[in-house]
Formats: sequence, structure tokens, C-alpha cells
Amino acid sequence: MIDPLNQRAERLTVQFEIHRGDFRLAVDLELPGQGVTGVVGPSGCGKTSLLRAVAGLDRVEGGRLVLGDQIWQSPTGFRPTHKRRLGYVFQEASLFEHLSVRANLEYGWRRIPARERRLSPETLTQWLNLGPLFSRPVSALSGGERQRLAIGRALATSPDLLLMDEPLASLDPASKQAILPYLETLHDSLSIPVLYVSHAPEEVARLADHLVVMAPGRVLASGPLNQILTRTDLQLAQADDAAAVLTGIVDGHDDHYALTRVALDGGMLTLTRQSHRPGQRVRLRVAARDVSLTLSPSTDTSILNCLPVAVTGLTPHDASRITVQLNCGEQPLLARVTRKSADELRLVVGTRCYAQIKTAALL
Amino acid sequence: MIQPADWVALGITLKLAALTTLILLLLGTPLAWWLARSRWRFRFLVEALVALPLVLPPTVLGFYLLLALGPRGPLGAASQWLWGEPLAFSFTGLVIGSVVYSLPFVVQPLTSAFNSLGSRPLEVAATLRAGTWDRFVSVVLPLARPGFLTAAVLGFAHTLGEFGVVLMIGGNIPGETQVLSIAIYDHVESLDYSRAHWLSGGLLLFSFVLLLAVYGFNRRLSLVKP
Repeated sequence: MIDPLNQRAERLTVQFEIHRGDFRLAVDLELPGQGVTGVVGPSGCGKTSLLRAVAGLDRVEGGRLVLGDQIWQSPTGFRPTHKRRLGYVFQEASLFEHLSVRANLEYGWRRIPARERRLSPETLTQWLNLGPLFSRPVSALSGGERQRLAIGRALATSPDLLLMDEPLASLDPASKQAILPYLETLHDSLSIPVLYVSHAPEEVARLADHLVVMAPGRVLASGPLNQILTRTDLQLAQADDAAAVLTGIVDGHDDHYALTRVALDGGMLTLTRQSHRPGQRVRLRVAARDVSLTLSPSTDTSILNCLPVAVTGLTPHDASRITVQLNCGEQPLLARVTRKSADELRLVVGTRCYAQIKTAALL
Repeated sequence: MIQPADWVALGITLKLAALTTLILLLLGTPLAWWLARSRWRFRFLVEALVALPLVLPPTVLGFYLLLALGPRGPLGAASQWLWGEPLAFSFTGLVIGSVVYSLPFVVQPLTSAFNSLGSRPLEVAATLRAGTWDRFVSVVLPLARPGFLTAAVLGFAHTLGEFGVVLMIGGNIPGETQVLSIAIYDHVESLDYSRAHWLSGGLLLFSFVLLLAVYGFNRRLSLVKP
């Protein structure tokens, strides 16, 4: 798909200090000018406040906010929300109940100059499959349909930045699963930067390229997705369901055994048969507890996937287990093994060994 | 039966109520908006002032208005200087008095309508590039329509039923400031119960039908929306 919002890579600079009663939030971030930046952290840590401040919905004095060559906020100036070229998707779809589905979709599109219209309502209708909704009143739409319309409505303004505040959080699991592919389509088709607030690891693993980890009142870390996911000084890599997200390219299918091969830069992974086309870029979620380590590439095992790796870090997880950081080619990977096995294998930083991957989930 | 003088009184009454409602919608909308959105510490002062006509006896309100509008009052003197006549005992004076008297009946429904909107629809509109005025016209006005209807009808109906204030500041000049409620009072005073019946019954019926229409319409609106 061609990208109508094709952007030169611009950076987003966000510097804020919010003080409101007991609530404090200090943010100093440089974010990439394209791709999805996931914003994660415990509830109440200020994720939504950050997004609202970026949108200008809450006025934070003295902040600095620059998107490419657009200065949205500086110590001397504040550009009001309606003059910022952004799209905002709220947790609740917040559709205009007094307008039709089409009028909702076109509300922002009508308000931008014709020469800035790079995404037409027709294109969005197609991408988000909104056609079937047009004949119904807004009040008759389901949760997932409402949110799809809200996303389309925000994108119809051809924004330079898309802000999404837990857009799937208020949906039931079925609607969530139904809408995720649409978000992935958008992710693959649009180059504009997206700030995506979420507390669902699965959404982040599927959609984000970059991750901002927040703690109450501050930013703990910011960086490329897999780097952050595998940093053992952060909570994410120490969680029970800690996982790395590897990117690879579908190499081909084995129709006899109904398997799919995915090429990573560190080797080849075999998965159960997938529908993806060869050559397609895919993400694989590999949970730390599904990875075991051996010193030699064993052949007498039922585990098909065995990748050469190097140990880059060892961090205790609990009394009996440790989390091992590995490098698989250029991509970090996590393994959770018992302290006893680590000692017996004499794992130290730099040890070359083999990671046996029991399962990897294609995202 | 209804006599020509009564028709004149009816005409003045309707003109007064319509004009007052119009002015109140124009003045009351920004005031109600401000009351609904402002976080000013002393907002309650304004709220109390707006509600004052609800609790004051109309004669008290009329008395102070008479002083203000009379030749020695600030408004009356200004009018005397500008147009050569004071405001008391004139139709213009009646309009000013009615606006003050019916203010809470228009401002309060509007304020509560604006309050119940919340800030979300406005925030959404702002992220969709709608400026301040655009947001008000395209989002607030349509969503607050039941509130506007209630406010207009209450303002209108309340002005129709005005008596004390009108008597104090308007006098009882037929063809100029004699409104229906005062005409009825006159008929009763002169024991002309038949004319009083026609006017009273008519006003009762009219007011009831008006309110029926509003509540029916607002109910339909609220049924359409979830």
C-alpha cells in the first residue's frame, strides 16, 4: 500500500514538567519521527497526562514540544490543540452522537485545507472497513465499530502525529482481536509517528517499534522495542511472562510437515504453518520461559529451533532462577533458566551457546 | 368576550415575552457557558446573583428597578440624557425589568445543559481542528438543544406571567405597558369576571400547551439518544 502521509523522518521532542496537586510528572523525551512508540507503565503513572499535554488539551506551563519543524509549545508560546496537526483517539470512542457516521468521519476532514487532505474518507472507509456502518445511527454501533470510526475520524485530518490512549482498553476480547489487524494495517501503511498508550503487553509487542517505560511521575527508559523488552534492569524483562520480540522474514513453507520457516539474522526458525507469504516481514514473540540453553547444538531433541547465541548478561530472577540476556545475531533474546543449570553450564557473559526455542508466537 | 383593549394587552404581552426571551438567550448563553466552564474561585457570587430573582418578591425587584430606571436612577438618567425620557413607565423599561426578572429561568437550564455535556466532545472537536467558535456551533449548540428549548420556553412563559415587577416599573398604561396579567387584575377589581375568565382561561391553556410541547419534544430527543 502506498503511504499517503509520507513524511520525512522528523523527531518529536517532548519536555514537560507537570505539577498538579500531588501529581507530578517530568518528561524529557526524544522520540523517533516514524513508527509506533508504545507508552507503558502502571496505571496512574501519567501516561494519559503525557498524551493530553502533547495534544495541548491540558496546558502545561513552560514545556517544550517540537514535531519536526513545527513548534507546538515553547516557554514563550502555546499552540492551541486545534492548530496542532495531530489526531487523537480516546479510550472511549467519544463519537458525536448528534451526527451521522459519515459526518463523524468527515468532521475533521472538512476542517483542513483541501491541499492538506492526503487521506480521503474513501481511503479510510476502505482501510477500516467502515462502509457497512454508514447506514446505521452512531448509537447503534458496537464498541469495536465505534473505535474504528474514531480512528478513521482522527486520521481523516491527515495528522503529522497520531496519539492513541488505550484505544482497545474498553473493548471486549473479541472486538480487540477484530480491531488489531486494522491497527497493524495502519502501522504498515502510515509513516507518521504514533504515540500508543497501553498496558497490554500483547498490543505493544504487536504494534510498537519503540517503547517508553514510565514509572509514577517519570520516564524510566526509552528505546527500540526489543532493547527495552530485554533490559533486565526494567520490570518488563523480569516479569513472569517476559518475552523478546524478534523480527524476521518469512523464508518459505514446508507443506509436507505443515511448517513455516522464518529467517532471522541469527538463523532460521521453524513454526507451525502460517498464512504469511514468503518475503513478508513478521514479528515473533519469544517468551523467556520457552527458551532453554545448551552448549552444543543437540540433534536428539524434539525441539526444532536451535539458534547460536552469545550470553550478554545474567540477572537473578528469584531464589532459584536467573534471567539470561542473549544476543541472537543482532537481536537480543531472553532465556529463563535455573541457577543450578547456569552454574553447571558455567554461563558467564561472553559464553557462546545455543538457544533452544520451544515455541515462538507469530504476531 | 375578549374586547379590543384586551387584544392590545395580549399583543404587548406577547411582544414583551418574545423580546425578553430573545435578549435572554443572547445574554444568557455566554453567561451560562461561563458559569458551566469557569473555575474562578468566586463563581458562586455570580451564581447567587443570577438566582436572586427566584427568591426576591417581585415587588422588591420592581422597587429597585423603578429607582434605577426612574429619572434619578443611573439607567433612567442615562436614557433621559440620550433620548429625552426616562425608562420607567415605558415599554423599554418593561423589557429591561423582564430580562432581570426572568434571567434565572433561562440561565439555569442552559448552565445545566452545558454542564451535562462534559468537556470530552469539545476536546474531541479541538483535536479535529475545530476552533473555539466552530466547536460551540458544531458541537455545543446541537448537543444542548433540549436545554435551549427548555430555557426559551421557561423564559417566555415566566415573562408572560409577570405581574409585580410590571406593575412597579410599567404602571398600567393601556397600549404601552398594560400587559395581560395586569388587565386581568383590572377586570377583577372592577368585578368584570367574564372578561377576567376569558383572559385567564386563555393564558392557562396557552401556558399548558406550551409546556406540554416542550416536555414532549425533550422526551423524544432523549429517547433518540442512548
